[in-house]
Amino acid sequence: MALTISDLRSKRQVGDRVFRSATLAGGAAILLILALIAYTITNKSTLIFRTAGLDFFTEKRWAPSADKPVFGALSFIFGTAVTATIAIVLAVPVSLGLALFTTQVAPKWLKKPLVALTDMVAVVPSVVFGLWGIIYLAPKLIGFFKNMHNWFGDWPILGSLFGKASAGRTFMTAGLILAVMITPIITSIAREVIETTPQTDCDGALALGATRWEMITGAVIPHSAGGTVGGVMLGLGRAMGETIAAALVIGSSPTITANLFSAGDSLPSVIAFQWGEATSAEKRSALIAMGLTLFVLTLLVNFAATAVVSRAMRRMQGAS
Amino acid sequence: MAPPDAQNRHHGDNSVNSSRKRSLAISGILTLSLLAAACSSDSSSSDTTSASESTVAETTTSAASTETTEAPAAETTVPADTTASSDAGSASTEAGTTDTTPAVDYAALQGSLIASGATFPKAFYDEAIANFAEAAPDLTIEYGGGGSGKGRSDLQEQVVDFAGTDGVVKEADIALFKGGDFVYVPTVIAPITMSYNLPGVDKLQLSPATISAIFQTTITKWDDPLIAADNPGVTLPSTDIVVVHRADGSGTTDNFSKFLNAAEGPDAGGSWKLASGSELEWPAGTQAGDGNSGVAQIITDTEGAIGYVDLSDAKANNLSFAAVKNKAGKYIEPTLEATSAAAENAKIKDDLTYFLGWADGDKSYPIAAQTWIIAYTKQADPAKAEAIRGFLTYLLTEGQTLAPTVDYAPLPESLVAKALANVDKIGA
Repeated sequence: MALTISDLRSKRQVGDRVFRSATLAGGAAILLILALIAYTITNKSTLIFRTAGLDFFTEKRWAPSADKPVFGALSFIFGTAVTATIAIVLAVPVSLGLALFTTQVAPKWLKKPLVALTDMVAVVPSVVFGLWGIIYLAPKLIGFFKNMHNWFGDWPILGSLFGKASAGRTFMTAGLILAVMITPIITSIAREVIETTPQTDCDGALALGATRWEMITGAVIPHSAGGTVGGVMLGLGRAMGETIAAALVIGSSPTITANLFSAGDSLPSVIAFQWGEATSAEKRSALIAMGLTLFVLTLLVNFAATAVVSRAMRRMQGAS
Repeated sequence: MAPPDAQNRHHGDNSVNSSRKRSLAISGILTLSLLAAACSSDSSSSDTTSASESTVAETTTSAASTETTEAPAAETTVPADTTASSDAGSASTEAGTTDTTPAVDYAALQGSLIASGATFPKAFYDEAIANFAEAAPDLTIEYGGGGSGKGRSDLQEQVVDFAGTDGVVKEADIALFKGGDFVYVPTVIAPITMSYNLPGVDKLQLSPATISAIFQTTITKWDDPLIAADNPGVTLPSTDIVVVHRADGSGTTDNFSKFLNAAEGPDAGGSWKLASGSELEWPAGTQAGDGNSGVAQIITDTEGAIGYVDLSDAKANNLSFAAVKNKAGKYIEPTLEATSAAAENAKIKDDLTYFLGWADGDKSYPIAAQTWIIAYTKQADPAKAEAIRGFLTYLLTEGQTLAPTVDYAPLPESLVAKALANVDKIGA
């Protein structure tokens, strides 16, 4: 059977067309789902914005069962910001160190198992982290918190951060768990980005007499800074949105305080715990509005991450 | 471990194709970030649903905290007599009706019943359902839990055949029940313990005034004079008090706060200012756990902690619990007998709703939870009506003997008789 060229071409065109519409449908479906989620939660949260207005964001009190119910999201937004900040502060140095170690310093036989291990931490389900937190970490941390308070309680700034401690489920506990959870994400992105550093740059630096450390600071870090910042922001988005692990160890007590050893509450945690008994329309709406707040915050962080990464990419293309 | 030369080759490729790899990696990051953008909303919503499904919440938003506060404080012995005599009277009339109705033939019951609601009595219902299956092999019953609020709204929308609730349906919500009239059938009761973790203190006594001060964090140390006054002769450590409460909306919170509101609320001239409800505006920095077991876990782990936990979870976690001063001024341990004593003194309303806490009587334990099954009086399907009546009858007769095995107290006989009369109102 001989095929003519035009036969081949039309066959290929059919395949192309099928492939193109399949990918297009996939891409459109993601956008559509995102749009529908945004529409539904915005729609369902209008009730609380109509009754409470923007006070919803500035009100500290959360009293859904009171005679005159008060719905304020401020202490939950505060808790989300605090725990995510702790997580980032703790996770970034570890992740960057780990990424630089695996790519630049580690002997070759160690590299693969290290990469596999960090990636394995990323696939541990978050509820497992949460259970580990409540069964092991939180009880063990009580003594540590008390010591920190005793040592640093009188220092000017640390004193207010490391305040009185009496229990194990706190902002700090949640921040620690989140830090462990986002470390593999930041590490693997940082590693990928660092590996894109042209070998010629590294070789050049070394040939000019740079030490390994000077090579890292002079060639690797400038090249990968943008992408790494993007990875950190993805980690931040994950830390803010993480629900169950944080919910289990944060203490679930809406609180605004500088004391990191105090129990608090976060947006995803209150939604998870109080949705089941949210029988009044207003409370449902308030919880959905908190979901909307979280959605918008994580979207903003992710957009910012994308913007940073693409700017870094443009700069790198210009350089090479 | 890869052979070294393979690694080298890989490295060589890397330097040659570095720019292509670089753009690949970056597009990978972009995709990741897009995916994360899509997933962050997706995962948080799925977490929410799973958590709300698993939320151990026995609940109620009912604000009907008036039952006990209405009761004049002066009555002590006289009303006990009157209730006893009226109980005896109603019991005898009820006995007449139960005698005339033929004993239910459980084995003849068929079909399946679906129910949801309060998680507080779930262990008891599960036990009863398992045993009932032997008597009525052709009837399957599924009690899904999910919390009293879920139970009430499921029955309201006629999603379930009957529902469990720890709280009374709000006046305003009664009209929303699509199936018309429904009856309350009280099923079981249980004490709520004041569980604590204080090494070296085996016996603790607490008065409502002290409990009120502890849970509003107006006192913060275990050796506070207020606690010491309740415990003459006991050496108390100066440990910080850690207040533990529920993170989820809960019937246990509702019953605990109703007790405090009745004993120490504004109407009683006491110090309790947090009112009552299935969730309260707790003082900042207190600890909260998910479900009774979550609260028990925090108490186990935290020296100086105190919280309210139902008896079966407190026992399962080997917690110590305090004796609480009742309305008659006696310190009573949270036992099933003391809870039954409270039930005998509770004011039962005509529709069989009542509040068990802060009851009269020397032997009554003052913090207890009651629970009901609610079902429509008019069922579309006669077989279904028969099945519901059969199960509820079993629950109130043979089932009551199962209650103590799972740390619940059986209802007093007078209340069982009234409950059976309500069961008889369910028909087709």
